Amino acid sequence: MEKERHVLVVFPHPDDEAFGVSGTIMKYIDSGVPVTYACLTYGDMGRSLGYPPFATRESLHDIRKQEVEKSAKIMGLTDLRLLGYRDKTLEFEPPGHLASVIKDMMDELNPSRIISFYPGYSVHPDHEATAEAVLKAVEDMPPSERPALQLVAFAKSTLDDLGDPDIINDITGYEDKKEQVMAAHISQTGPLLKRLAAGTVEGQEAREAYLKLEQFYSYDID
Amino acid sequence: METIDRGKVQEMLNQYQNQPVYIHVEITSGVYADHLNEDVFNAGTFLRNIQVEYIQGAIRGGKDGAYRVGLKLVNGGWIYVLGLTHYAINENDEFIMHGFDHDGKLASALEISSNEFFK
Repeated sequence: MEKERHVLVVFPHPDDEAFGVSGTIMKYIDSGVPVTYACLTYGDMGRSLGYPPFATRESLHDIRKQEVEKSAKIMGLTDLRLLGYRDKTLEFEPPGHLASVIKDMMDELNPSRIISFYPGYSVHPDHEATAEAVLKAVEDMPPSERPALQLVAFAKSTLDDLGDPDIINDITGYEDKKEQVMAAHISQTGPLLKRLAAGTVEGQEAREAYLKLEQFYSYDID
Repeated sequence: METIDRGKVQEMLNQYQNQPVYIHVEITSGVYADHLNEDVFNAGTFLRNIQVEYIQGAIRGGKDGAYRVGLKLVNGGWIYVLGLTHYAINENDEFIMHGFDHDGKLASALEISSNEFFK
């Protein structure tokens, strides 16, 4: 990981930062790089309301807000921005709107690196809308001023189409804190936490998958 | 939330009858459904803050704890939700019915309130 001027993380749902990125975020923060996490929705249309359910469709908004605030606290992240769009609706915002919101943040923060989703390979329509907005905002900048793009891809066709990820961050030493970050999103992560804690082959596989390496693709906009 | 008490839910449906109410209706397979299982077809809907008035609301079913609720509207229209298992009345006086699938995830919802739901 190179020393960055500022890292901007843009995801649509509280907990998107937890699974594949929180180790990387913590490494940046601990090395003195300022990190901003812009989370576009409150994840208030999520299907998981706790295991067993302790939230409702109406209370999920506040619960997930508290969860992502707790996650930020564990990571040591001080610039958390909750933009408050409704979950599932990002792709229906007027064309260009989200890109302009992200552009404004880039103008303010001048990030040298952006972490977000990979367009076409991020499964959820909100992820795709976020990825497209980030790309559009970066595309509109003069090439010399563009931040590096570090993107998360997890569609089934990812490896076949994109090959191996070219950014691989070893998060050794951050296993416990990353597990705490995932546990902060308890309304969403109950079954996963159980798997991670299990002394079974499946548990070992889950720990390998989540707690060792975080993998990304760089993206050349041209 | 509590598992549905048929008598209590019917009583609540009666309370909101014959007056303008806001509803939230939702059915969802989740957008990850076909990512997790290729045999599943993703489908879903939500309607939020739609104002209606119903002249008859009833709860039916109950086999294995899953109920149906139908609302007959004043204009002759209908609202129908299948697969409701739990209910709650929250601190904002919103009457919330949810259906949880076998994995404990929300599959269906019908909510009724005299006031608009959070936007």
